[in-house]
Parts: sequence; C-alpha cells; structure tokens
Amino acid sequence: MILAVDTSLGTAVAVIDADGRTIGEASTPDPLGHAEVIGDLLSRVATPGISHVVAGIGPGPFTGLRIGIAAARAFALGRGIPVVPVPSHFAVALDHADAGRVAVVTDARRREIAVSVFDGLDAGGIPNLVAPTRLERQGTDLADPVIEATELSAVTLARVGARAIAAGRVLADAEPLYLRSPDVVQPGAPKRVSA
Amino acid sequence: MTGPLVLGIETSCDETGIGIVRGRTLLSNTIASSMDEHARYGGVVPEVAARAHLEALQPSIERALAEAQVTLDELDAVAVTSGPGLAGALMVGIGAAKGLAVSLGKPLYAVNHLVGHIAADILDADAEPLELPTIALLVSGGHTSLLHVRDLTTDVELLGETVDDAAGEAFDKVARILGLPYPGGPQIDRAAVDGDPKAIRFPRGLSRASDMEKHRYDFSFSGLKTAVARWLERAEANGEEIPVADVAASFREAVVDVLVTKALAACADRGVPRLLLGGGVIANRRLREVTIERAAAAGVTVRIPPLALCTDNGAMIAGLAAELIASGREPSTLAFGADSTLPVTEIQVSPA
Ligand SMILES: [Zn+2]
Repeated sequence: MILAVDTSLGTAVAVIDADGRTIGEASTPDPLGHAEVIGDLLSRVATPGISHVVAGIGPGPFTGLRIGIAAARAFALGRGIPVVPVPSHFAVALDHADAGRVAVVTDARRREIAVSVFDGLDAGGIPNLVAPTRLERQGTDLADPVIEATELSAVTLARVGARAIAAGRVLADAEPLYLRSPDVVQPGAPKRVSA
Repeated sequence: MTGPLVLGIETSCDETGIGIVRGRTLLSNTIASSMDEHARYGGVVPEVAARAHLEALQPSIERALAEAQVTLDELDAVAVTSGPGLAGALMVGIGAAKGLAVSLGKPLYAVNHLVGHIAADILDADAEPLELPTIALLVSGGHTSLLHVRDLTTDVELLGETVDDAAGEAFDKVARILGLPYPGGPQIDRAAVDGDPKAIRFPRGLSRASDMEKHRYDFSFSGLKTAVARWLERAEANGEEIPVADVAASFREAVVDVLVTKALAACADRGVPRLLLGGGVIANRRLREVTIERAAAAGVTVRIPPLALCTDNGAMIAGLAAELIASGREPSTLAFGADSTLPVTEIQVSPA
C-alpha cells in the first residue's frame, strides 16, 4: 500500500493498495491551516502495511508545502519505509491524461503562476513532462490549453508514485520545488540615526 | 530513576533541535544550526531557517536515535514546540511531529518553548534538583522574558518581556553598527575584553522611575541601540578615533545591568531567593559574572544549566513533555498549529 501526502494547494492524503484502489482518502481544499489539519487527516487513513510514502513536492506556497513534506518524511521514518518524491503537478496531469498536450497551472503568489507542460503518458503510464516547471507572470498567454488547478487528488498522486516505483523511475529530487530563492536583502550600511 | 522515553522536536528559530530523554535523564541533545546561512544577512531570515529545518530534521532524528541507542518503536511519546517562535519554522517541526506520532501510533505533546527553557534545567544530571518557586530570566536572540515559575507543568507567570528587540538581537545590531560580524554576542564579548564598561554611560531601557510603574519587569533595547549609533556618529563627526573596546564594553554593561537589576528586583518583590538563567545569550560571560556577583550580594541563588541546554534545543522540549506525562497529563489533540505568540501560561497546547 502507498500513502500519498500533499500540501501544495489544500491538504490531501490518501492510501491506495497494490492494484491502485483507494483504501482511504481525506482532504480539505483550505489553502491555509495545513499544520492544524495534517495530523487528523493522516490518522484517518493511516493503516498497517504501508510500503511507501509519496510526498508531493510542489510547487506551492512554501510554508504550507513544507508541512506535508515534513509529515511525509517523518511518517516514512516512523515505519522504516522509503519516501517517493513526486512533483504535485503530475497528479493534475494524470487526471487529464486524455487531453493531449496541456499546461498545468497553479497559483504561485505574487502575481505569478507555476506552469508545467505535459503531453500524454509515457510507457509506464506516467505523465510526460515536456517542459520543466517554471514561473510566469499571471495573465501570460500560454501556447497550450490550460488546466488550472486549485485542488489535487492525493489518490491520483499516489497512483503516479506507484507507476514511478513500478517503472523504477525517480521523478524528482527529495527537496521541495521552490522555484524561487528565499526573499532576503543583503543589509546595507547601517542607517544614520542623528538628525 | 526511570520515566517516559520521549523524543522532542524544536524548530522555533534557527536551530533544528532533536532531544531524547528518559524521564529526567538526557539521552541525546542533537542540534543542527542554520546560523552560518544567516550570517551574511546579519540576522535570522525566517524563510532560510524554515528551509534548513526541513533539510535537517530527518538526519537529526536519526542521529539522536543513534546517540541515545533507542529505536522509534520504544518511544512512549513525541513532543514538539508549538510556540512562541517563527511561524513558518515552527510549522516544519509540527508537520514532522504529527507525521511521526501518527506513523508510530504514539501520543503527541505540544509544548511551550519558553517553559521548555526552564525544563532544560532538570536535565542537568550534575545539578541539585530544581527548587521551586524560582524567578527565571530567559535571554536569547528571539526572546527576553522574566518569569515566576511556581510549578513547571501548571503554574508559570510572565512578569515581563522585551517591548521591542530581544537582547540577542540588540547584540547583533550593535555589532553591525561597530562593523563586527554576526552573531553579535560573541563578537561584542571579544571586542569588549580590554574595554572599560564605565567609559560611556549608555541608557538603561525602561528603568526610569516613570517607567517602573507600568514596565517594572519589561525590557527595551531599541533605544540603547540608537544611543550607541548616535554616540558613534558624533565621535566620527568630531574626527575622534572610535574606542571600539570601550563602546562594546559599555554597551554590554548597559544590557547586562538592566537584565540583572530587573531579575533581582523580581526575586526581591516576590520573595523568591532563586534565579534561573536560560537562553543562548547566557553564553555571555559578563552576564553570568555580573548575575552571580550581584545575586550573591542579594542572597539569591543562581542556577545556570550547561550551555548546550541553554540554547534552543529539543531535549528541553522532550524534558517538559516527560514532566507533563509524569504528572498524569493526557496528550495533546492533533488539531494544534503554530502559535508565534503563545503565552507562557499555555504550558501544554491543545490538551485533550
Ligand atoms: Zn529559545
């Protein structure tokens, strides 16, 4: 069985069995409050016999995104099982695999969107990422039909993970898809305080 | 003496702390710090800290387990800091703690970081048992708080805290004004070695008679920082050479004086002849010296836990949870979040 955890949009967790059937699913579309809900949602689907934890690694607002990844890693550590990182857009793409070439779009805040272009499925049944995930200004005209996601299914994310495991493919690094450097400014010379 | 085996997770600022205790016995105190990554910004950058926590958590937990020679299955409970601290940083630890607790099917205790600093003291195997009530002065880059501790698990009162910068922040900011690197505490200490602490009389924040009614136990360091900057600008304008050692020593003396004066005033007012120090700024030797000297004169006993337990760490979080368990408290529900301004009266968050 595979547990999937994703906090790139709302908070979504699910467990599927070896045949890809849903064993348990719990989610909230609330784009905030991930830290508050993650424990209760996990406890609703947690079951003995989980062999892998799929972690949705974004893109998504950083603060929320990290909560799901931290929970997924710690859950896996507790069971002594591996973490399978899956870019969250793959779940949206799998749900629209029949649509041909599409741009999966999610809000990246600061008037930007995160865009991943997929084209159907590969031999392993995994969505074909044809252009790496990137940031664009909101309102940019995209060449491909747009699928804008505000929620994603952890069941679908788990299925992407299952297919990656079956195909022996690694879809991403373990670290979150931040797409942006931390927002910091180098301090300048101290300001004068005297009049 | 045995007790519950607890793993504590602390991510409220820039240290990823994992601690493992069995009752009051410290088994591991593993700390990964992102301090170096903040150095070039002259202070803790919350997003940088949160990213570092996520990277450090799993390896830190694994290291702590190895050091304590226990397995996750043996744990009686998991504990985590719910606040106060940086919200985005706290949430990484909370996500991990919930994932771990649910995975293992173990109870989870969400606790208060400041009270954790006091609990650190009971993990010092070489010290006499902590005597209560005690006044506690917690000084770090994130907080400056004066507490009256009557019972570790049920009765902690906030007497006062900083109304602007934390003491550690003041050290960082003044170090920057003096052209010294981050973190400022050890740099100021080094620069002050040959300085005269009485060379310049910098202001003591919230210490005037008119302040003492409302802010008797509160601290303010932002005016002091401005006073140092103004003094340096005037000296420069006059073409004088800057006596860095004297400025550093005099600034430090102003911080230490006001901390110790207010802490001992609390001891006297409350009739509590005991003072416990905690927080990373306790590493400052002058602060320890002056506290011990003036406390002795006032008939107050001072306790200072080992430095590794004074800075932010997971052992103190585990230690506090172990006390809660020993006193029969039920675990927290899973519904708590991060509370960046969690009041000190909430020792355990979201109890069932
Ligand atoms: Zn602290």
